[in-house]
Amino acid sequence: MSTAKAPIRLTLKIWRQTGPDAPGAFREYPVGPLSPDMSLLEMLDVLNEELTRQGEEPVAFDHDCREGICGMCGAVVNGRAHGPQPATTLCQLHLRHFKDGDVVVIEPFRAGAFPPVRDLVVDRGAFDVLIAAGGYVSVNTGGAPEANTLPVPRAAAEKALDAAECIGCGACVAACPNAAAMLFVGAKVSHLALLPQGEPERARRALNMVRKMDQLRFGNCGNEQECQAACPKGIKIDNIARLNREFLRAAIKSEET
Amino acid sequence: MTASPSPDLDAKIPAGPLTEKWDRHRSALKLVNPANKRKYSIIVVGAGLAGAAAAASLAELGYRVKVFCLQDSPRRGHSIAAQGGINAAKNYRNDGDSIFRLFHDTIKGGDFRAREANVYRLAQVSNQIIDQCVAQGVPFAREYGGGLANRSFGGAQVSRTFYARGQTGQQLLLGAYGALMRQVGAGQVTMLPRREMLDLVVEDGRARGIVARNLLSGAVEQHAAHAVVLATGGYGNVYFLSTNAMASNVTAAFRAWKRGAFFANPCFVQIHPTCIPVHGDYQSKLTLMSESLRNDARVWVPRRPGDHRPPARIPETERHYFLEEKYPAFGNLVPRDVASRNAKEQCDQGKGVGETGRAVYLDFSEATEREGKATILQKYGNLFQMYEKITAVDPVRQPMMIYPAVHYTMGGLWVDYNLMSTVPGLFVLGEANFSDHGANRLGASALMQGLADGYFILPVTVGNYLAQLPPMPPDPESPVFNEISRQSEERVKGLLAIGGKRPVDEFHRRLGLLLWDHCGMARNEAGLRQALQQVPEIRAEFWRDLRLPGSGAELNQSLERAGRVADFLEFAELMILDALTRTESCGCHFRQESQTADHEARRDDRRFAHVSAWEYRPGHQPLEHRESLDFTSVTPSQRSYQ
Repeated sequence: MSTAKAPIRLTLKIWRQTGPDAPGAFREYPVGPLSPDMSLLEMLDVLNEELTRQGEEPVAFDHDCREGICGMCGAVVNGRAHGPQPATTLCQLHLRHFKDGDVVVIEPFRAGAFPPVRDLVVDRGAFDVLIAAGGYVSVNTGGAPEANTLPVPRAAAEKALDAAECIGCGACVAACPNAAAMLFVGAKVSHLALLPQGEPERARRALNMVRKMDQLRFGNCGNEQECQAACPKGIKIDNIARLNREFLRAAIKSEET
Repeated sequence: MTASPSPDLDAKIPAGPLTEKWDRHRSALKLVNPANKRKYSIIVVGAGLAGAAAAASLAELGYRVKVFCLQDSPRRGHSIAAQGGINAAKNYRNDGDSIFRLFHDTIKGGDFRAREANVYRLAQVSNQIIDQCVAQGVPFAREYGGGLANRSFGGAQVSRTFYARGQTGQQLLLGAYGALMRQVGAGQVTMLPRREMLDLVVEDGRARGIVARNLLSGAVEQHAAHAVVLATGGYGNVYFLSTNAMASNVTAAFRAWKRGAFFANPCFVQIHPTCIPVHGDYQSKLTLMSESLRNDARVWVPRRPGDHRPPARIPETERHYFLEEKYPAFGNLVPRDVASRNAKEQCDQGKGVGETGRAVYLDFSEATEREGKATILQKYGNLFQMYEKITAVDPVRQPMMIYPAVHYTMGGLWVDYNLMSTVPGLFVLGEANFSDHGANRLGASALMQGLADGYFILPVTVGNYLAQLPPMPPDPESPVFNEISRQSEERVKGLLAIGGKRPVDEFHRRLGLLLWDHCGMARNEAGLRQALQQVPEIRAEFWRDLRLPGSGAELNQSLERAGRVADFLEFAELMILDALTRTESCGCHFRQESQTADHEARRDDRRFAHVSAWEYRPGHQPLEHRESLDFTSVTPSQRSYQ
């Protein structure tokens, strides 16, 4: 910030597709000179203003908070979900991580369970369906005991929060060769299985969420670990191991089916 | 300059001592027969903390609920970005906290411009909120013994803030979202994402539904219900640059205003002192760095204007720790509005740092020396990483640079004690209403208010309204509905038909700069009058020269933004008018004409101990109504932090 940096020029190859059933194709856009302090999404803003001035349709992309927490943004940049920086959402990826003259390929998250909408926008509604299948504790408003009634070991709370940090962006699914949602489901099942509040529905939650995952055309885990590498929040595949254990435990021990 | 205000608005505050009002009120409200609840439908617009909490709780009670949100999923409302924490009067630390003390701090922090009865109720339900969230599995920070941890926040003298690292808002929202999705799964809630409310339908004097645009297909839809709940957040994006999410907007609230809901205190906008400074014209938004940083860091600028040496080369004696010098008692922990104004003042004197000169240093070196690098990183590591990610500067090696940014809007639609607006059947929650934060919001109280409104207040008060309505199914095809829907479609077509040359953000940016300069951290009559003249000019240009690509029958993000900016361009005038009318200084609203000899804000309780609630009148200047603020349990004092 304090030192002036040389502006850079890039060649963008962006996936354009006017609708879910329309054919898509890459289009090339030279951009620059741009400040390296600009974020990738700000670069798209600048490109879109320019396209608008020229009478062309701007690139549609999802985004909202632009500080890496809402989970709305996401695209595959140079073959990697959310781009080349580890533990970074697309909105927090800055141009300083690219070199002058680079070609940057930007395409939507691709997965059978995430149908395309337009350009870089896809439909991740399947994640909401997964949560509706059991990603909660069934406690009505007003029915809660005093908060400190049930002590929670500090380590358990921290571990639960590690899993609960998931922002639901879908990068794990986009990065997985099988388009599996195991990391997403594993994170939610782990978050609640690690806390005493999640205990009563522990088995039922694991069974229902796994069943729903299969129904929604998500693939199976092949232990590629690509999800962990792509996750902007650093969610670990330990959560997938825990999901497998929870599922097995539920299938064997539970009276619920 | 305004017509004289009409008589007082009745906030329907229940009788009785402050501490008993809410309990007595709850016991006296009418109830809907449990078997009848499923015959009533309620629309909730917005799925942030207030909206999701309300929708889940209403569905649990048995009402049929439809929820609308702009985003692709209800898990993304901007409540998710709140970092610091949520206040509650649990007194787990045994440090003397109580419901009364939380109430007192909140109303004083709001500079005595909030409604006493609402703030007291907020403090009362704060404890239930924590119970509810813990039961949902929100992973709050814990002590080794397993109990909930607390920290002091925003200069409070007790530790009453509950937190989950730097992402408390996210965890609370995911809790409410889980509760909401449980009801979606149970078929009690119909979730309609990627929908934008374009208008409120008022029929026979009651809110009867909304007109919404399906953002994917462009279809304009008509949705009827027995009551409408707006939980649509704040209007900070009127300034273009703010810490709000990109899609945050005033449209739903503004459309409701045009249909008869009064808008209260629109000039009350919180400008947060610790944000990452603006660094270029292309910038799309500003990022907040948690206020907690001020607990350990020292704020300074070079003593000599125009000193461009790197910070490490400026010797101690040539550094001006302006907050510590001016406010020895509170130092760097003065309230947000005071810290922001002082940073601006230093930069106006040419002492600002960084490329643009619109920044001050936030320096951790002394704290690092005192407590060790490891301790500091443990406390603020995630914030340091965030800062470094954006600026490529490591705050351990070089002081952070910060500057104030628009963060939260205390103004909003006027509501009575039942959270009902001046349109019967239209309820307003969270940041979208005005009632609890007065002229300045305290840290860790936005999450508290959103959840109080959504979980505990609205579900009770809405029943009282519905109990008076017959449970006949509402008609979304009535002539009034069809007419309002037609108007919305015309408006969309009108935007697409302008056929000018310039993209929408260009107008938005100009509006934002104008407001920042004249209706921002410091306001005066000449500047406000100038802005009042210029806003209509920008608006006229917008309607003459806007270029919108694409059509209205598809996902068209430029069209979405244009609709929101069109409303900001009208709303800005209301904000300025309100700022002009309130000639006192209070909280965030600093009128340069009203300051003490020490350049502090001077309140004028004799003339301004009231809420200004503005009524829309087609073709005329908005009409001011007033709700006078009576304090029975606190004595308004002039804030002093010196």
